[in-house]
Amino acid sequence: MDFFGDPTVWLPFTFAALMGVAILVYVVLDGFDLGIGVLFPFVGDDEKDQMISVIGPFWDANETWLVLAIGLLLVAFPTAHGYILTALYLPVAIMLAGLILRGVAFELRAKAPKGQKEQWNRSFYVGSLLTSLSQGFMLGMYIVGLDYTLNHVAFACLTAVCLTAGYAFIGATWLIYKTEHDLQRRAVRFAKFGLLGVIVGFAANSLASPLVSPRIFAKWFTMPEIFYLAPLPILSGALVVLIGITLRQMPHPADRLSWLPFAAASSLFCLAFAGLAYSFYPYVVPDKISIYEAASAPESLFIILLGAMVVMPAIAAYTVLSYVVFRGKARALTYD
Amino acid sequence: MELDTLILSRLQFAANISFHIIFPTITIALGWILLFFKLRFQATGDEKWMDAYRFYVKVFALSFAMGVVSGITMSFQFGTNWPGFMEKVGNIAGPLLAYEVMTAFFLEAVFLGIMLFGARRVPPWLHTLATFLVAFGTTMSAFWILVLNSWMQTPVGFELRDGVVHATDWFAIVFNPSMPYRLVHMLLASGLTASFLIAGLSGLRWLLGDRGADVRATMKTGVMIAALLIPLQIFAGDLHGLNTLEHQPQKVAAMEGNWETRGNVPLLLFAIPDESQRKNHFELKIPSLASIILKHDPAGVVPGLNDFVAEDGTVMHPPVFKVFWSFRVMVGIGMLMLAVSWVAAFALWRQGFDRLTPWVPRALVVMTFSGWFATLAGWYTTEIGRQPWLVSGVLRTAEAVGLVAPVMVFSTLVMYLTIYGLLTLSYMFVLTYLAKKAASGEMAPDDVARAPIQRAIGVQPAE
Repeated sequence: MDFFGDPTVWLPFTFAALMGVAILVYVVLDGFDLGIGVLFPFVGDDEKDQMISVIGPFWDANETWLVLAIGLLLVAFPTAHGYILTALYLPVAIMLAGLILRGVAFELRAKAPKGQKEQWNRSFYVGSLLTSLSQGFMLGMYIVGLDYTLNHVAFACLTAVCLTAGYAFIGATWLIYKTEHDLQRRAVRFAKFGLLGVIVGFAANSLASPLVSPRIFAKWFTMPEIFYLAPLPILSGALVVLIGITLRQMPHPADRLSWLPFAAASSLFCLAFAGLAYSFYPYVVPDKISIYEAASAPESLFIILLGAMVVMPAIAAYTVLSYVVFRGKARALTYD
Repeated sequence: MELDTLILSRLQFAANISFHIIFPTITIALGWILLFFKLRFQATGDEKWMDAYRFYVKVFALSFAMGVVSGITMSFQFGTNWPGFMEKVGNIAGPLLAYEVMTAFFLEAVFLGIMLFGARRVPPWLHTLATFLVAFGTTMSAFWILVLNSWMQTPVGFELRDGVVHATDWFAIVFNPSMPYRLVHMLLASGLTASFLIAGLSGLRWLLGDRGADVRATMKTGVMIAALLIPLQIFAGDLHGLNTLEHQPQKVAAMEGNWETRGNVPLLLFAIPDESQRKNHFELKIPSLASIILKHDPAGVVPGLNDFVAEDGTVMHPPVFKVFWSFRVMVGIGMLMLAVSWVAAFALWRQGFDRLTPWVPRALVVMTFSGWFATLAGWYTTEIGRQPWLVSGVLRTAEAVGLVAPVMVFSTLVMYLTIYGLLTLSYMFVLTYLAKKAASGEMAPDDVARAPIQRAIGVQPAE
């Protein structure tokens, strides 16, 4: 193997992997805070403040992973970046509007006069919902190869709902971990609904994808690949069962295992992501442009990689530091 | 003017970047000023510095959030509207943007959480360190983005292979000819924007009867920083102009409204440049002053716009009217900043706070957002002044635009303009509201909201 001998092979592969990691981290981290936004209208006013306090110190950094992911696509695969984003022009614009609304509402709901708080709470919800739905829609369109036909758009609408349910689910598990008392009880209920949504969504997607993308279907259901891939669905099933059993016993009086649903939900996201990554490789634009065709010049990729090797561990370290600083049950957000 | 995809995409990018830049322009310098408040408190133990910190950290948090969300929009716009940009110069723009994300965005975003909400959870030194790292991160972000912008103005250190730009000398790319000037000019602009914002909000609180020690301290800080920075900015701006004359003479020709290359070029105080007739109407001028400023010699030859028209009549200089007037708006506000900050500093020195004429806080209130207008006018000058190029001499703006239907761009443009308009108004309203709240001595909703939450989640207030 001269994999590492040829920089036009290993550099694009490395960057595709880095981008995959960035997207995965984004989906898990911003997933939980978008999901909490989606759950916003279902709780009372006091509880809204608590829900904000469980994401307050993190949401900013969580969204930075989206910038990193899109930045890696931009810098490592410029042609694909242009192709994908012009094809997804409208959903991207709607997602951005959603992200703007929720980010700003996050601050303004606490700083504007009391009479306007309600309005900013609503903006926070609408922004989170728009962001989740449009991300799900884009995922769906991406899976079917970015061609707008009626079937494809219907499929994308289905993934939009499923991803939103997934975000609400992981958001609820984060709430279980970070809150107590009434809100935690409520979060357990949300998580149960969310889990149901995830199961239905996963089944619907699995049934629909062979219809809309025969290539992906073929990639999964051929011998002997089907055996190598079997652990993915089996592990996912086991995780779903584990989450289901844990949720039945919650809230636990001693708050035992309150971290487990979130950890299991994150693992579930990782498995789903691994499945998707397998489905697409080696394409960055499904069936059209491979990562090797779309990659930037090796010398430019190399200079980014050098920086990344120094900086990414530092980013990981201080991200962990921030989660350690704000560990345990959330407290009211104060600036002093 | 026909509304095609090109002009709509340009309007959209201009709207996005204009909305975005006004918030980093505040936070870059405000981060350092917050650190200053914090260090003053640690050195003196005087509560007023902590009060100042508490008030402006809210302004910072709000401005930062606005900057983050509008910045995310920017990173997508490259792909949605300008795919040709990355395809042509991605090998250079890519690494610079990647370094911005890696060395700045994560740093500021992660430590912002600790800076805002971690004061009771981490030791004081770590909180101060977090404040420092946030300020440092915003400045690093400014560094990388100005490296890229300057490279687009004065590109060096590359070669073309198969029509695509490849980097040959990263040192030359990062330290390209206009970078040091543009970076300094922008950082000073940020300092002025933040200091006038602080002085203006302090002035508002003063006029509302809030004469507390923290208001005095912040007003003095704002005025003093502004008064110190504005002469530096005028000097740096002049150097930047001379640098532009060397590398982008057509931009300077448009800024001066000078059509023919000649000596004894006057400084135009007023004029209506007319590109169709290629001359100015209603000139009001000071003889030879442009030559003196640009060449330090009344007879100094200043390049004219007519040198930048190709044989076939293709215009290769920027639109004159817009550049000419953006430049004058920027300089005009700069002069106003000089007058207001120096008079205010003089009044604070001679009259002191106890006999302070109300005209000082009034003038400061009027100037609250002056930094925004000057910064935007300056950016319009340099960015419109680079047209018709997106990357000088390498890539034209028209070549980079994506093939999206005009109606799509139009609808998103309307959407962005609506959101940005509403949010800018909300932002200004809330800043004013926070100042009024502080002045009336009431607790901000932040503080009011605390009590029930603390009960609900079982936390004892630490007061």
